[in-house]
Amino acid sequence: MKWLAAGAAAAAAIFALIAPLLLKPFGIYLISMWAVLTIAALGLNLTLGYAGQVSLAQGAFVGIGAYTVALLTPVGCPFALAFLAAGALCFAVGWVLGYPALRVQHHYLAFVTLAFSTLVFLVLRNEEWLTGGIYGINGVARPSFFGWSTFKALNFYYFSLGMLAVLAAATWWMLRSPWGRAFVALRENPVRALSLGLDTRRYTLMAFAIGSSLGGMAGALYAPLVQFIEPVSFTLGLSFNLLLMVIVGGSGYFFGPFVGALIAVLLPEWMRVAQGYYLIVYAMLVMVMMAFCPSGILGLLERALKAFAPRGKEAAP
Amino acid sequence: MASFFQLLVSGLATGAIYALIAVGFTLVWQTSQTINFAQGEFVMLPAFFVLAAMNAGAPFWLAAAISIVVSIAVLGVLFKLVVVDPMLKYGVLPLVISTIALSLLLKEGAKEFYSSQAQPFPALVPAADIDILGAVVSTQSLAVLAVAIVTVVALNLLLNRTRLGRQMQATAQNSTLARILGIPVERMVLYTFLINAVLVAIASILISPIYLAKFNNGDTLGLAAFIAAIIGGFNQVRGAILGGVILGVLDNLSAAYISSQYRGAFPLVILIAVILLRPQGLLGRVEERTI
Repeated sequence: MKWLAAGAAAAAAIFALIAPLLLKPFGIYLISMWAVLTIAALGLNLTLGYAGQVSLAQGAFVGIGAYTVALLTPVGCPFALAFLAAGALCFAVGWVLGYPALRVQHHYLAFVTLAFSTLVFLVLRNEEWLTGGIYGINGVARPSFFGWSTFKALNFYYFSLGMLAVLAAATWWMLRSPWGRAFVALRENPVRALSLGLDTRRYTLMAFAIGSSLGGMAGALYAPLVQFIEPVSFTLGLSFNLLLMVIVGGSGYFFGPFVGALIAVLLPEWMRVAQGYYLIVYAMLVMVMMAFCPSGILGLLERALKAFAPRGKEAAP
Repeated sequence: MASFFQLLVSGLATGAIYALIAVGFTLVWQTSQTINFAQGEFVMLPAFFVLAAMNAGAPFWLAAAISIVVSIAVLGVLFKLVVVDPMLKYGVLPLVISTIALSLLLKEGAKEFYSSQAQPFPALVPAADIDILGAVVSTQSLAVLAVAIVTVVALNLLLNRTRLGRQMQATAQNSTLARILGIPVERMVLYTFLINAVLVAIASILISPIYLAKFNNGDTLGLAAFIAAIIGGFNQVRGAILGGVILGVLDNLSAAYISSQYRGAFPLVILIAVILLRPQGLLGRVEERTI
């Protein structure tokens, strides 16, 4: 099964590399959006899939990251620095926000992040001197590195894909490190993790802060991709959307966000016929899936593969 | 001072509506561990039932009655049977996700099938202003307060003075023990869903004349209900009432005296303060569930 998964990942990677050569400009924009949103969903998967906490502020973190880059780059700050600043800022905000919420149980983080989304929207809308208010910020420049400009759509796609690969590898490495194994322990059995002496609260907080930081970095790429940002783009709607990506793909599976984001980006395009009813259908699909297979598409796949695999061979490591 | 009194009364009226929503939310949470993220949309929807019934020619009182009955059927029975029951075995998280999807479904449904524009909604009483101690108070606020108080008192009598209410309390406190004592636990859980449906329908009819009936009303109302429930104590009906009233009054006063632009931010500040200083809520007790 491991070989199968590795083969599928390799095939997907090759496809991601050659796909834009066959696509029209709008198609390239869409898959760039996929790469950017996957980064945000990857972060949310840490919070939701590993630490088991619902965050409804991932969209707000994407917004904070996007505004950080849109405000810093025009005043001469190099993109790389602004990108790191976006990640660091969201890490700090996530930590401060999660600290009180995770002191108590009952999914309080969900409510606190829900309220936080509203707060971020209000700040972005009201502080016109800084954020341009409802008119947003226009003409966010695409960066160039050592003479290689990402201004062209194709170049920006490869840049986004590269960032996705780097961040995904970093997350993968983190989850494999002795320290990151604590996150897996949180997902598998939080009570046992606690009894083994893990400070589960601290690791949950850490997962949330790192997840938020990835959201900020996704936002740092979102701003130059769309080149126009406004407060309305980062409301609760985006947070819900990211949450559903993680769920649909399969929360707690490393590659879940990749699949979920692909569906969330492509499905509205394929369902153009359905127009306004698209979200209704999507919401219904999610509810049906939650009732029959809460572990998402990858969970469904795993179940199907297990059903076909010969018995006894599946010695789970 | 007169304007302070005016703000206080209208804040109490808003707070009373928040309280109704928060009480329903708390009841459902206690008996079935369902954190209903669609609670705000549950409040948005009955107003559209009223409008649909009135479009069909029914007078307001009849339309309101129809709306409450439809709410019981759809937001009570159907919600429990179709959404909650199949999910309970997976635990809290999938159900939370499912109610989030449901909130999206209801919101988009109201937008697509009725209208994306805010709809005017008939008031309970003819609009007029009454002079009380030099302050001008609208009859609407008073009517809202009166209806909310009657509803809460009736609910309290039901929960504390009747056999049915005591059975429901037992279910909330310890469902296993309640089952051993011969209480039909499943039916009691269903009843709390029905009560929630009635409460949100009443709240909807009370608040829609003020906010107009709009598909995205649920966003703010749902958040207000969660925060009210947490402020008061997640496990107490009295707490939810207190939380709702505090939130409504503070919301109105802070919008008038501090900043109206950041009106939506004050609940967050209160929420974080309560979580930091008294995580079990003002009236809540630690790790215990009672009605």
